Amino acid sequence: MNDPSRETTMTMQERSVARPGMCLLPKAVLRIAPRLLAMISPIAAIVLALFISMLLLIAAGYNPARAYTVMWQGAFGDLRAISEVLIKATPLILIGSGLAVAFRCSIWNIGAEGQFYAGAVGATIVGIFITSLPSYLMIPLVLLVGTLLGALWGMLAGYLRVRFNANEIVTTIMLNYIAIIGTGYLVTGPLMDPAGGKYPQTARIVEAAMLPRFLPPTRLHIGFIIALIVAVILYLLIFKTSIGYAIRTVGINPVTARYAGIHVERHVLLAMAISGGAAGLAGAIEVAGISFRLYQQISPGYGFEGIAVALLANNHPLGIILSGILFGALRSGAEVMQISAKVPSVLVFVIQGLVILCVVAFGLYRLHSRWEPRPEKE
Amino acid sequence: MDTSAMILFVQTILSATWRLATPMIYASIGEVFTERSGVLNIGLEGFMLLGAFAGFAVAYFTGSLALGILGAVLCGLIFGLLFALFTVTIKANQIVVGAAFNLIGRGLTGFLYRAWFVNKAQGVQAFPPIDIPYLNAIPFLGPVLFRHNILVYCTVPLMLIAGFVLYKTAFGLAVRSVGEHPKAADTAGVSVSLIRYAGVLIGTTLTSLGGAYLTLAHTNQFVEGITTGRGFIALAVVVFGRWSPKGAFWSSLLFGLFYALQLRLQAIANITIPYQFLQALPYVMTLLTLILLRGRAISPKALGVPYQKSA
Repeated sequence: MNDPSRETTMTMQERSVARPGMCLLPKAVLRIAPRLLAMISPIAAIVLALFISMLLLIAAGYNPARAYTVMWQGAFGDLRAISEVLIKATPLILIGSGLAVAFRCSIWNIGAEGQFYAGAVGATIVGIFITSLPSYLMIPLVLLVGTLLGALWGMLAGYLRVRFNANEIVTTIMLNYIAIIGTGYLVTGPLMDPAGGKYPQTARIVEAAMLPRFLPPTRLHIGFIIALIVAVILYLLIFKTSIGYAIRTVGINPVTARYAGIHVERHVLLAMAISGGAAGLAGAIEVAGISFRLYQQISPGYGFEGIAVALLANNHPLGIILSGILFGALRSGAEVMQISAKVPSVLVFVIQGLVILCVVAFGLYRLHSRWEPRPEKE
Repeated sequence: MDTSAMILFVQTILSATWRLATPMIYASIGEVFTERSGVLNIGLEGFMLLGAFAGFAVAYFTGSLALGILGAVLCGLIFGLLFALFTVTIKANQIVVGAAFNLIGRGLTGFLYRAWFVNKAQGVQAFPPIDIPYLNAIPFLGPVLFRHNILVYCTVPLMLIAGFVLYKTAFGLAVRSVGEHPKAADTAGVSVSLIRYAGVLIGTTLTSLGGAYLTLAHTNQFVEGITTGRGFIALAVVVFGRWSPKGAFWSSLLFGLFYALQLRLQAIANITIPYQFLQALPYVMTLLTLILLRGRAISPKALGVPYQKSA
């Protein structure tokens, strides 16, 4: 159905077949309706997913009305709750919009989790060992090193793909495990806090490396603003630059891209570097803005959740801001739900999975990729 | 270490190898059928968790291991149907749907486990090891090969039957042709959708069984995230085994060996390597094998591409 030529023939046919009913609809409605539907469908998907989860709550013997009320209050009840949602949305927006670049290039980077860890490690090392820089140099340095390490970790998978034709789904997953285990080694070994007893964590980063908070008394820090800026930049990159055009072309059809003179391998590496860099930046921001130190399991699965965030927004960075906040709210609300209503917070993964399936089921999901039906050549 | 201790060490590792490889053998042989039919299921991890939980829950509440296995099979079939509905009928992006099933598998099993089993964490009576008479007494080989539980032994006939079905039957030919050239298969009168449904269901059911092995035989209880990435490794195993049941079987054993080595070396007290280096071994080896395989791993041509019958 992607084939533009086929669409024209369809309209030609429609024109030739007399259908009086069709003419009564104004053209403007016909043009707006699909867009409206495309905007409504994620909302409908969320409602349906929450409904199915409600059945699950009932089946497991919980009171869904109470669970959802507590969840809503936990997410939007007061300023503190809202700020916590935005704090949780920050890594999701960064990871999601980075992944959008890779997914648009048809590179299935499942490795944001590992790239997040790589960034967190880089930021921590800078934040602990460089002690004499002023804040206005320190913060950019921390974020830059985190981004670079994330980008390198991502490019490793990209390199294995272009050089050895190694499936990136498999390699990024393996690199996740290696990054997580490696972090475990660092925080129990060379980077373990000498003053921290036996806790598997590093020392605190220096004061100058910590991100300023702009809405006291909440914890909301400038990392959220950075995430918004990065999302906008990546939106512009994907849709308004020739690099973005090349990346999307490679994503739709690498063979065509090559004929068009696009260096496919270079763009695959670039897409992996960008998505890895965004995830690394998210890791650095988590360290510099919230945790101030590195420990095992510093990510509660942001890297995997970011995949869902990107897909829900159809790999559009501006939409990802919204889906990131939504998933942040789900996660934040679910934590409160677990404490107040004793409903296990892992339910949130079911809701997220169902949201994806519902979006898919509404059939409006279109991801231009090599996994999409290719028009068959007759 | 003297010679007899060394032999004992190797014997323990080899005997653990097959046991640790078993869940990957089930999952990867299943996924061979799925991918050979042209569908990529990256949700194996989720399916394995679902099977592990379903098998455990049914066995726990009924007290019957056989019903537990049946429960895992049904679970694999039901969720597999859902997966096939999305990937084959709706023709949705297979990676997207697979990612969703990973989330659902993790969330659903964690949620139900905490809702039903917290504070009454007893296990079930796991499948006992069955010693094969006489053979188990063979020095060295006996403990390595003939003192396992029934689900471990079953992997050998599974591999043989899967190979026979895939290469020697009309159904197997249909699966392979649908994965290579769906259009040609369709022209020849093969229902692409039907074969792909079958491929998906074989995959999800066997993966689910592999999960149930973890809770009903390997250990005797469910733990959140018990699969620890085995579903993902099974995906790598399929590639490494070059999409054949026999290849999947032997590659699973190779990964089982990495696991066994890692566990065994961690247990040795006087070893000086940080345990994380050993922990990372299976994952590093996966990367290295993919590098060594360069260019030789040729996937089914239509893998991941939904089939659109042209009007």
